[in-house]
Amino acid sequence: MSEFLPIGEWADQAVNFLLENDSGTFGALGTFVGSLTELVEQALMFIPSWVLAVVLTALAFRRVGWRFALFCAAAVVVIIGTGFWNATMATLALVISATLISLMVGVPLGIWTAKSRLAAYFVRPSLDFMQTMPAFVYLIPAAMLFGLGKVPGVLATVIFAMPPVVRLTSLGIRQVNSEQLEAGVTFGCTPWQLLFKVQIPGALPSIMAGINQTIMMALSMVIIASMVGAGGLGNDVLTSISRLDIGLGFESGLAVVLLAIIVDRMTESFGVARPTKA
Amino acid sequence: MKQKIVAKGLHKIFGRSPDIAMEMLRKGRHKDEIFKETGMVVGVQDANFAVNEGEIFVIMGLSGSGKSTLIRLLNRLIEPTAGQILVDGQDVATMSKAQLVALRRRDMAMVFQSFALLPHLTVLDNAAFGLEVAGVGRKERERRALEVLDEVGLKAFAAKRPAELSGGMQQRVGLARALAVDPSLMLMDEAFSALDPLKRTEMQELLLTLQKEHKRTIIFVSHDLDEAFRIGNRIAIMEGGRVVQIGSPDEILRNPADDYVRAFFKGVDVKRYLTAKDVALPDEVLVMEAPADLNAGFESAIGRLRQMRRNYGFVVDKERRVLGTVSIDSMLRCLAEGRTTLEQALLDDIPAVPGDTRMTELISNIVRNPYPLPIIDGERRYLGAVTQTILLRNMAQETANV
Ligand SMILES: Nc1ncnc2c1ncn2[C@@H]1O[C@H](COP(=O)(O)OP(=O)(O)O)[C@@H](O)[C@H]1O
Ligand SMILES: [Mg+2]
Repeated sequence: MSEFLPIGEWADQAVNFLLENDSGTFGALGTFVGSLTELVEQALMFIPSWVLAVVLTALAFRRVGWRFALFCAAAVVVIIGTGFWNATMATLALVISATLISLMVGVPLGIWTAKSRLAAYFVRPSLDFMQTMPAFVYLIPAAMLFGLGKVPGVLATVIFAMPPVVRLTSLGIRQVNSEQLEAGVTFGCTPWQLLFKVQIPGALPSIMAGINQTIMMALSMVIIASMVGAGGLGNDVLTSISRLDIGLGFESGLAVVLLAIIVDRMTESFGVARPTKA
Repeated sequence: MKQKIVAKGLHKIFGRSPDIAMEMLRKGRHKDEIFKETGMVVGVQDANFAVNEGEIFVIMGLSGSGKSTLIRLLNRLIEPTAGQILVDGQDVATMSKAQLVALRRRDMAMVFQSFALLPHLTVLDNAAFGLEVAGVGRKERERRALEVLDEVGLKAFAAKRPAELSGGMQQRVGLARALAVDPSLMLMDEAFSALDPLKRTEMQELLLTLQKEHKRTIIFVSHDLDEAFRIGNRIAIMEGGRVVQIGSPDEILRNPADDYVRAFFKGVDVKRYLTAKDVALPDEVLVMEAPADLNAGFESAIGRLRQMRRNYGFVVDKERRVLGTVSIDSMLRCLAEGRTTLEQALLDDIPAVPGDTRMTELISNIVRNPYPLPIIDGERRYLGAVTQTILLRNMAQETANV
């Protein structure tokens, strides 16, 4: 059967067009993303592993409880003991920078879609697209536009991980109790005051849930992103696959799982610690 | 009396093209027809009223009669379709956004049925919310918030979150938040309806106490007749988006404008809302003016009482201010002792009853006192008498009417 809709060709042409005509913007974006990631990674590497371990355990104790603190301490020992500390920090740096960028774009976008029907009309299908398109597919244009390395990895991760925070921010803002909004207006809030004093605080539990999901999705994506040379634990996973090295695969996989559990529980604890019900 | 807020020809139509609905209203079409033909809802139709400074003006009506819409038109939480809202003579309906924000910060505050506190703020910060929005510094607004929290009896809870408080306490915070900005006009939409009856009464008392200390103009929406009569100086009754009657509780009770208003009183123990002056009769008891002269006065007084088959009479002065009650016995005793003026024959244990005394209180008073009670106005002037017979006759009438 001959194909009469060459969509793939169009996509190809679109990326090529971008590549040929607008490298300035991509250059600037690449520099920004690159230096942000570099900065985060440098910071994580600069702190000695044992200091980070102590801080993490203490935080786990305060926010969650002694059981979880114990788990964190054990997890750190395992990661250091298997020699994956540096790779784990590199992965964490990717996750943090991808998440930061996702929030910088995603939260305002979520607020905007909550307030404007027109915005919602365009943004919602885009989010569906971003979320359901197989994650690998983003890597190709990202690599073409930004070359190999951390930058395309982080940007592909941003695209993949941003939808939850946009959706849940929008949902949270729309669900703020209408009498609370009226109270805000009644006492003389300007639209901006209403946003910052009533709507965002009211939507915060929902926004936090969105952030948590975004982080978890970023974590799964940065592993895949090592295919374009983003580095970190993903590299070890890839190597283990290509060499059929069961030991390496298990150890690096374990580090990913431990990191995921710690990150999940910690961010969750920040989300639910606030009293949210009126 | 100064008028604080005046509504003139106020309309609200919910729907896509309010102009069409307005035109239909002008042609005398009914709101139900308009809804059937266009799907538009007439929320408020041609509301006209004036609220005096310092009064509690209650808007009463069944659910869906447009009370919430009307009260929200006053501070433009809902945009009016037509009409004027004059606050201190300034038309709110035509104000710019900036003027409106200034007016809301300065003059108006609102208390909501569901409290509408902000859950992420402490009680103190909630109470200070209006001041914060208006840009008052932290120190000053917290001082003021503590002051009003003290007034509503919640100073000790300042550091708590609203979720840690009971419903009644949360609404005290809602009240404190409104009081904190020292508004000249308070809007209260079913503010106590979500509370259980005991707490509701408590809050009504609190409101009346606060009102005694500092008179504010309050517009209070309620669907509860009991509440309306308790706290309202005047009451507006709404039906299907229109204001069908405005008057003091007394006027409305005695002269309900139509069956809708009358239906409010159905199944309600109306007696509870009557006051002493509503049942007092002016000619039931002999009234004598002091200082009557000598023994002759006494004797004729006794004679007249015997003739009327009565034991007691009231003594008033030239301005008809009640001095007290005399009985045949007390006058005979005076005659025997050689005292000569009516004042000297006064019984000293019979109180005069203020005209606005509630029926329930009056009944318990009469049960304890077998003699007639003089009913007086604010200046002690005689209004009439209430006796056990009068009271019984009144009750019998009520029972017959139902
Ligand atoms: N935003 C709205 N859109 C359409 N109809 C509304 C809206 N708000 C209120 N109404 C209608 O206006 C009427 C009056 O409502 P409301 O003022 O809430 O009554 P009340 O407070 O007396 O119960 C009701 O029929 C209600 O359905
Ligand atoms: Mg209502």
